[in-house]
Amino acid sequence: MLKRIILVCAALAVTAASAPAQEVKVGVNLPYTGIGAEFAQLVDRGMELYLKLNADKVKPYKITLIKRDVKDPGGANAKIAVQELLTQDNVDILAGWIYSPNAIASAPIVTAGKKLAVIMNAGTAHITTMSPYYVRTSFSMWHAGYALGEAAAKILNAKTAVVGYTDFPPGKDSLAAFKRGFETNGGKVIDEIPMAGAGAVPDFTPFFQRAKDKKPDVFFVFVPAGDHAAAVVKTYTALGMREAGVKLIGPGDITQDTKLQAMGPAAVGLITMHHYHADLDNPENKRFVEAWKKEYGVNSTPDFMAVGGYDGMAAIVHVVHALKGKIETDKALEALKGWKFNSPRGPITLDPVTRDIIMNEYLSEAVMKDGRVYQKVIGKIDAVKDACKEQKIGPCAPK
Amino acid sequence: MIWGVDLASMLLGGLAAGMVLFIVSVGLSITMGLMGFVNLAHGGFAMLGGYTIVLAMRRGDVGFLPALALGFVAIAALSAVCERLLYSRLYRAPELHQVLFTIGLVFIMIASVTLWIGPESQPLPLPSLLQGQIDLGIIRYRTYSVVLIVIGIAIVVGLWLGFERTRLGAQIRAAVDNRRMAESLGINIDRLFTGTFAFGSGMAALGGGLGAEFLGLDPQYALKYLVYFLIVVAVGGLGRVTGVFYAALLIGVLDFVLKKYVPQGGTLFIYALTILLLLWRPQGLFGGRAT
Repeated sequence: MLKRIILVCAALAVTAASAPAQEVKVGVNLPYTGIGAEFAQLVDRGMELYLKLNADKVKPYKITLIKRDVKDPGGANAKIAVQELLTQDNVDILAGWIYSPNAIASAPIVTAGKKLAVIMNAGTAHITTMSPYYVRTSFSMWHAGYALGEAAAKILNAKTAVVGYTDFPPGKDSLAAFKRGFETNGGKVIDEIPMAGAGAVPDFTPFFQRAKDKKPDVFFVFVPAGDHAAAVVKTYTALGMREAGVKLIGPGDITQDTKLQAMGPAAVGLITMHHYHADLDNPENKRFVEAWKKEYGVNSTPDFMAVGGYDGMAAIVHVVHALKGKIETDKALEALKGWKFNSPRGPITLDPVTRDIIMNEYLSEAVMKDGRVYQKVIGKIDAVKDACKEQKIGPCAPK
Repeated sequence: MIWGVDLASMLLGGLAAGMVLFIVSVGLSITMGLMGFVNLAHGGFAMLGGYTIVLAMRRGDVGFLPALALGFVAIAALSAVCERLLYSRLYRAPELHQVLFTIGLVFIMIASVTLWIGPESQPLPLPSLLQGQIDLGIIRYRTYSVVLIVIGIAIVVGLWLGFERTRLGAQIRAAVDNRRMAESLGINIDRLFTGTFAFGSGMAALGGGLGAEFLGLDPQYALKYLVYFLIVVAVGGLGRVTGVFYAALLIGVLDFVLKKYVPQGGTLFIYALTILLLLWRPQGLFGGRAT
């Protein structure tokens, strides 16, 4: 009898010792169903593509993705999903987060669970200050917002701007970022228009009419990626704002690669600041886009969300290797400090102080080329840090 | 001159939005007035109609006008079937049962569309003739808005003539005012109900398609705008075509102006105004009789 017990204990000890060294469990939370299903698919494909293209790099370890549906941007479901991933699935690393409210709601659970948590999209600037275990491989609203404010004043020579934004955390963040960047460089924001919530695409006509009446040099619009952008471009064209001399500018959400071709010629002339679009001309991106089309179909295209997932998975693989498959959260965070990677969006670094990403921002203009809408890079800023945390503004200031 | 341009652009924008509200809501007002049936699935029929029209154009390469006709006919037929099979059983049921039944129907519609077509919004592929701007003398304005206003006026004139000048219209008015009396005069109320219900849902389908340019079109449409449709009916009065018309325009213009000048307020004002108005005139601004 005793012999048997000893044997069982020994067997348990062996499996317990060998399993973590071989298999790393990554708990993925994404809105696989509901209004965000499309975004979840992009991030998910980005992650899977990295694992597939770099199968050799992952060896000898095994990365298992445990996927949970968070359904909506409400926060509550995401919180439950993260909690279950931690307590029931015992994951080693957390990843995902499309929507900012979900990342904000999950922060206390992440802190209590003490696991590395890689944010692959959610962009509200101060999220990374809400838990010491959050690391972000996507972007902050301030990356594009602040840089575009600066570029609008310096490169586009705009004196006045009107800001229209979707009324939820990233929208307000984007407004603050653009305003700070624009006004520090001599511009003036003459009107701020909240344009309804993120849940549904509103009729933009009254808001755009108001913006047009103010006759600004540029009209900065932040709307969430997805269906909003098409309505923005449509209303801008239908109200004749282009002819009235008002330039439409914004973060890359208004020219998301997955929606751009459907907008057609109406999108021509849009000026965006963003860290990624599929037309970026660098060898890494060419390989990435080609592999994507081979894997998911020629009519499919990656976009900034897909890259968030791809780079996030690269960070996770780096951690798994650095720690030899045995994930301890403090060491994982240490391994990611100053981590550099040659991403399809250009070289990226993880800021050792803020755990947020440092990357290039590209100023692009939509033009017609070979019968399709093409995003032509007209300016580039190297190694941009999240200005919100850099300048310790509002909720980004250390508490 | 500047304020004139401002005023004109505001009126045009608001009137166009109001016309969409009118086209969708008029059916709701007639059926609620005629049958005393609280049909919360009306927005659902508008959503299904919008999908029929948009998908016929995008996947079936059908032209704009034929697609509108198709949407009208398809949804009218569908709703006639629903009316005979489902609604007719609940005519004498308490209002709570009617509300529960129709709201359940809305959920089924939303879930079915999400399942078979997807959760994303469907853009309306307008013919190029209706895109862009039109010169109206003092201002250039969105062509489609102007077209919608013209369509709305044509519809209200047509409905008014049909209601006030034809035998069928007289029968409907009679049934709205006094159902038992109308029945005893030999009017076939059942057939009248089915016909009116189908027509009202067909109008909703038209509104769903025509309005997709402004209101968008996704499965949640069925619930999202229901409150607006109900407000229009409440303000306009039950079973009153012209009442609904004026109410829709009033709400369309007010909503547009408030969104333009006080965007921070969101939809707060329009709801507050509705509450005040109904406290003052429970039968609606244009309703003829106390209910």
